[in-house]
Amino acid sequence: MRVTQIVEPLKAEVVVGERMEEQDIEGGYCGDLLSDCIANAKEGSVWVTIQSHPNTVAVAVLVGIPCIVVSNYQEINEETRKRAQKEGVTILRTSLTSYQAVSVLFSLGIPGTKRHG
Amino acid sequence: MGEDKVLVEIEREIVGGDFQSAGDVSSELKKVLQQVGFPPSFNRRIVIAAYEAEMNVVIHAYRGVFTTQIYEDQVHIEVDDQGPGIPDLELAFQEGYSTAPPHIREMGFGAGYGLSNMKKCSDRLEIDTRVGEGTKVIMDFFLNSEE
Repeated sequence: MRVTQIVEPLKAEVVVGERMEEQDIEGGYCGDLLSDCIANAKEGSVWVTIQSHPNTVAVAVLVGIPCIVVSNYQEINEETRKRAQKEGVTILRTSLTSYQAVSVLFSLGIPGTKRHG
Repeated sequence: MGEDKVLVEIEREIVGGDFQSAGDVSSELKKVLQQVGFPPSFNRRIVIAAYEAEMNVVIHAYRGVFTTQIYEDQVHIEVDDQGPGIPDLELAFQEGYSTAPPHIREMGFGAGYGLSNMKKCSDRLEIDTRVGEGTKVIMDFFLNSEE
């Protein structure tokens, strides 16, 4: 599924999305601990989190996450935007909670995935 | 390792408290590993361990030096920091144990999984720490340990 296809169902604002036309999502991961995400998220996943500081982008790049969905309409600062633009990571912001966002993504057919199966 | 040729060597400074640049060294390492052409699963566990080691310096230390030697079938990483050191290593290895302050934890760092992630992902991990001076983390990754 293309990243562009999840924007409307999530009622999301596209914060950074220059590359979203070409980005695919193969699965999903949800969590707010960076050590957890980096160890367990699978490449090609959409990542739902309430974290919105620049280092979430670093984690996304290291894992190979094309799109971060920031839930609860958390503030996203300029540094985070700049870093995401530079790295080509899409950031969507939604007023849904993480649980609600995951429910929407699941109903679109995006499965929960984990590194090593 | 002795007679093997070093394909790539990287040496970078890490600044304690610099959350803006945190992860840059690991990102650079990931790109280099991809260029060398190792399997993605091998690269991934190196990158996880490298990120945790890098973040430990950013979160806990004043400064550190990150060095990597990449061989044909092995990757060697050393992260040597000037910082508080680790008073109780056994405790530090326990998942969920952390000395990170609340404002760091709120950012999703310092949850106490760093050392255990490093241990799980590396094939050899050695930690040399002196309280009040600093910590040196040495990790090796062997390509032939991949299934």
